[in-house]
Amino acid sequence: MPKDHGIGAAQKRREDVRFLTGAGQYTDDINVYGQTYCHFLRSDVAHGKIASIDTSAAAAMPGVVRIFTGTDFEGVGGLPCGWQVTDKNGDPMKEPPHPVLAQGKVRHVGEPICAVVAETLEQARDAAEAIELEIEELPAVVDMKAALEGGAAKVHDDLSDNLCYDWQFGSETAAVEAAFASAAHVTTLELVNNRLVANPMEPRVAVAEYARANDESTLYTTSQNPHVIRLLMGAFVLGIPEHKLRVVAPDVGGGFGTKIFHYAEEAFVTFAARQINRPVKWTSTRSEAFMSDAHGRDHVTKIELALDAENNFIGLRTDTLANMGAYLSTFASSVPTWLHGTLMAGNYKTPAIQVNVKAVFTNTVPVDAYRGAGRPEATFQLERLVDKAARELGVDPIKLRRQNFIESFPYATPVAVEYDTGDYVATMDKLEEMIDIPGFAARRAESEAKGKLRGLGVNCYIEACGIAPSNLVGQLGARAGLYDAATVRVNATGSISVMVGAHSHGQGHETAFPQVVADMLGIDESMIEIVHGDTSKIPFGMGTYGSRSLAVCGSAMVRATEKIINKAKKIAAHLMEASEGDIELQDGMFTVAGTDKSVAWGDVTLAAYVPHNYPLTEIEPGLEETAFYDPANFTYPAGAYACEVEVDPETGKVTIERFAAADDFGNVVNPMIVEGQVHGGLAQGIGQALLENCVYDADGQLLSASYMDYAMPRAGDVPFYKVDHSCATPCTHNPLGVKGCGEAGAIGSPPAVVNAVLDALNNAGHNVAHIDMPVSPHRVWQAMQG
Amino acid sequence: MYSFDVVRPKSVADAVAALGEEEAQALGGGQTLIPSLKQRLAMPSVLVSLASIDEIKGVSSEGGAVKIGGGTTHGAVAREVASSYPALAAMASNIGDPAVRNRGTVGGSLANNDPAACYPAAALASGATIVTNTREIAADDYFQGMFTTALEEGEIITAVSFPIPEKAAYIKFEQPASRFALVGVFVAKFGDGVRVAVTGASEEGVFRWTEAEAALSGDFSAAALDGLSVPADGLMTDLHGSAAYRAHLIGVLTKRAVAQA
Amino acid sequence: MTKVTMTVNGKSVSKEVRGNMLMTEFLRDELHLTGTHVGCDTSQCGACNIHVNGENVKGCTIFAAECDGAEVGTIEGQANADGSLNAIQQAFQDHHGLQCGFCTPGMVMSAASLLKENPKPTEAEIRHYLEGNICRCTGYHNIVKAIMAASGQDVSSIAAE
Repeated sequence: MPKDHGIGAAQKRREDVRFLTGAGQYTDDINVYGQTYCHFLRSDVAHGKIASIDTSAAAAMPGVVRIFTGTDFEGVGGLPCGWQVTDKNGDPMKEPPHPVLAQGKVRHVGEPICAVVAETLEQARDAAEAIELEIEELPAVVDMKAALEGGAAKVHDDLSDNLCYDWQFGSETAAVEAAFASAAHVTTLELVNNRLVANPMEPRVAVAEYARANDESTLYTTSQNPHVIRLLMGAFVLGIPEHKLRVVAPDVGGGFGTKIFHYAEEAFVTFAARQINRPVKWTSTRSEAFMSDAHGRDHVTKIELALDAENNFIGLRTDTLANMGAYLSTFASSVPTWLHGTLMAGNYKTPAIQVNVKAVFTNTVPVDAYRGAGRPEATFQLERLVDKAARELGVDPIKLRRQNFIESFPYATPVAVEYDTGDYVATMDKLEEMIDIPGFAARRAESEAKGKLRGLGVNCYIEACGIAPSNLVGQLGARAGLYDAATVRVNATGSISVMVGAHSHGQGHETAFPQVVADMLGIDESMIEIVHGDTSKIPFGMGTYGSRSLAVCGSAMVRATEKIINKAKKIAAHLMEASEGDIELQDGMFTVAGTDKSVAWGDVTLAAYVPHNYPLTEIEPGLEETAFYDPANFTYPAGAYACEVEVDPETGKVTIERFAAADDFGNVVNPMIVEGQVHGGLAQGIGQALLENCVYDADGQLLSASYMDYAMPRAGDVPFYKVDHSCATPCTHNPLGVKGCGEAGAIGSPPAVVNAVLDALNNAGHNVAHIDMPVSPHRVWQAMQG
Repeated sequence: MYSFDVVRPKSVADAVAALGEEEAQALGGGQTLIPSLKQRLAMPSVLVSLASIDEIKGVSSEGGAVKIGGGTTHGAVAREVASSYPALAAMASNIGDPAVRNRGTVGGSLANNDPAACYPAAALASGATIVTNTREIAADDYFQGMFTTALEEGEIITAVSFPIPEKAAYIKFEQPASRFALVGVFVAKFGDGVRVAVTGASEEGVFRWTEAEAALSGDFSAAALDGLSVPADGLMTDLHGSAAYRAHLIGVLTKRAVAQA
Repeated sequence: MTKVTMTVNGKSVSKEVRGNMLMTEFLRDELHLTGTHVGCDTSQCGACNIHVNGENVKGCTIFAAECDGAEVGTIEGQANADGSLNAIQQAFQDHHGLQCGFCTPGMVMSAASLLKENPKPTEAEIRHYLEGNICRCTGYHNIVKAIMAASGQDVSSIAAE
């Protein structure tokens, strides 16, 4: 019998009603009295010296309120990076300044140079065209290898070169070299993890207002983490104390990482609103989004695997170039290092692993976390490599994986992390059943009868969610804590507001979080409401990214609810003149164990706020508790994915025929939402594998600058997916036993797709070792030409 | 967008008069023009919407041809020529997406002559006649290179007459982002020969593959195309495919169109 | 400025508009109907889909002046008369056919047009019809499923184990 209540119930989402009726309130739906509109004049060259800016004619245009340039931001802070990575030589990473508006130079197409604030948007655009701007174009560095060569143009003149850091991690070089020296077989693969654009369907928007009466600024912004924005913008950029700055992220139309970061535009509108004493609004167009939202991925990697004569993995070595773009975005530096290197063991007991990463500045849009952030890059290279090894050795790729699985937990990897639980055999067993391996030969024959090639690709993945604990990540360079917070406010009549630091922008927290509290208290979910997204209402929390919301913020909510229960039991004990230790809470009723005495939830909550009969000398009135939760470790969701493709050998077109995902997310609060998260991740991973590619030309012009050239996955590009999360090994160190499910689909799916295409081609006699993503018809056709 | 007025004449005569104004520009379905206006790529003073002119809408049959009003939407074509010219209807039903098909028009598409659009291939392969407010232009004379046509300033496409072939098919291989044709091939077999028109591939816009036409006119079978290929010279190379790949696709798609016709 | 008069969700409205005012701007800024969203500027994503004279169109690629005299339908007019979700909206909720909700109004409007034209569409027909509606959250699985369910089809076996 499926549950209809509490933890484990597939409850319908309460937030859907407003979204389905057009009543959602996104940032662009917010307009403030007296509002002005902002348009940014952006660089149309990748690299250049700003020779002159003359705004005088533009400033005289109708409706113009004020025009801002980089000069207005002299003495104002730049956009900070939140993670300090240390070079293998012990030096700190290079951290060039990142101005709100360009100062002296422009470093990527799309960098804001001037901002025009006017009465209407079209007036602002008209005036921007009248700005006389002279830029002396400089040679652009786009390709990472070329950027590191001697004599390459420098993105930042004050730095010695374009290398941000050279990072090394994992086993000692000698141990890895010894493994390779003793190997019976070494498999090597060079590959690209293609640059992507996150493309949440809601473009970014920022609206700022300033109340001169009390010197308070309010920023409405499309953010996954309003407190992070308040901290970074207030403390590092604009110097506004936090109690004078409110950041609100209302309904947000998808994030996928790209709405974590603190952007120039939101700092600008907040600054400008104070300067002109009027509200300022900026709404990104999709075209602007392509050149101003942080991009994702963009790694070039060489990876090598050493195997012994029995096909055991004995050593792994990687060498990656990671594109940072022109400036360090908020968490850019952590993605190719701590979110990537720590996952290189995958699901395998390889004893010696070394990861090398060079982060490179180029004249492109900054690159930062995108769904999975570092973990998809790790998974893709490892799982492509294992597949290649299997083909070279002539062994079954599933068997090779199984042979090398980690099977006992906890397991400390050579790349610093300790997996608490997992059962990779179980998820692989489940996957084989879901994809129907025995039926594959017949399906392949059917495809061949139609003139098509069919391939099956399988891979495993591991990810790390809820990155923590704060004292560890602090040692690793994080400039923030990675806890989260929740306040449970029980009202007099028994209804509850839970104020959470996590932010819901599609994840369904408003539905799933009450299921946890309701389960603990034994009351109906409808009595509980989640409040999020407004720094003036919620405790200081770090927001939503890295599949952390339930594991970290949910745990804080559990701890706060436990405090509520403890206090409520004291009140109940007083009301029933019983001993606190005898009070039990079940189904919303407090009872005295072994008696028929009981008081209802509502009696206790009313007593807390109308404390006429109340132990005032022992406890305070009221019923409201806050908890901050700092996890002891990451959580480690893992699983096995399989994809079946058909390839049209004449055109190279790949179609996905079947996709199956067997995940271990630990315990699950709302299976409907979890499955939806996996579906969405799969489409993004399939998009990366087959369709999406963010491409610059040699001059640093963005070629895939709109949906006309950046191929978003559409309904016809994907199949119905089979997903399963029954092989659950609960997390051992958080109170809910949950692991996180938001990124798994995007992490686990790209290698399955590419492995499937290569299986189809090799089975048909094409000797193709690898095709870079996206595996477009053109690339498949080229590969088949030999 | 720059500021401009929109006028909605009800007759071709009024539209022509309106287009005589300084910086006036015709607005068909707007599915290409409006996005380019948003990018401020055009600065008209007035847009003359052709959407209210009933006399240039609809489909009629005349002596072995279907005559489609220039203001007829792709969606209407898909419905209304389904029985008289099924290959044309099928082509129309795969342009853009349903919302685009409900606005975009035959006349708008042909006037724009996007090198990756579908209608130019249909018109050229069918040997269509483009009818304007002043004259009739044979398709062979109409297309003059990428985004270039025989239309004069202010000239309006009032109708397009498509001779109905004995057999025809259009195969579009979609560019994965825009869903325009990476390559599209329209094959039409008439009593006096076969016409093959290719869109999406050439730097010069839509063109006829005359070698294939000759081969197919003798033997209308996919096998008749064996050994024929289009040289890659002059074909487009972009993010989504090289000239060589496009050349290859032309061969594959032409065979498939013949097989499907 | 031109005066336009149209019926929006059954209510007659008259406004002076600029020639370059798009329907999305007219609905959002003039009528405060903010359910119609703008997700791109190349007429592709479909977050802005509305009905004009019963046809599914992109609200960001049609001028308000072109809709003078038209019957316009938006997401705000889709619920049943008593305010409850209509069959399509209800199916989207029942089958988790939305996550962040931003593409959802356009999806619902497109689904309504599809089911009007084709009351029992196949999976392939639905996927083809949704070519102009991009969703980044759901992977489309539950959207397709919801539309099938809204058309009265049994979806219990979809992707069943």
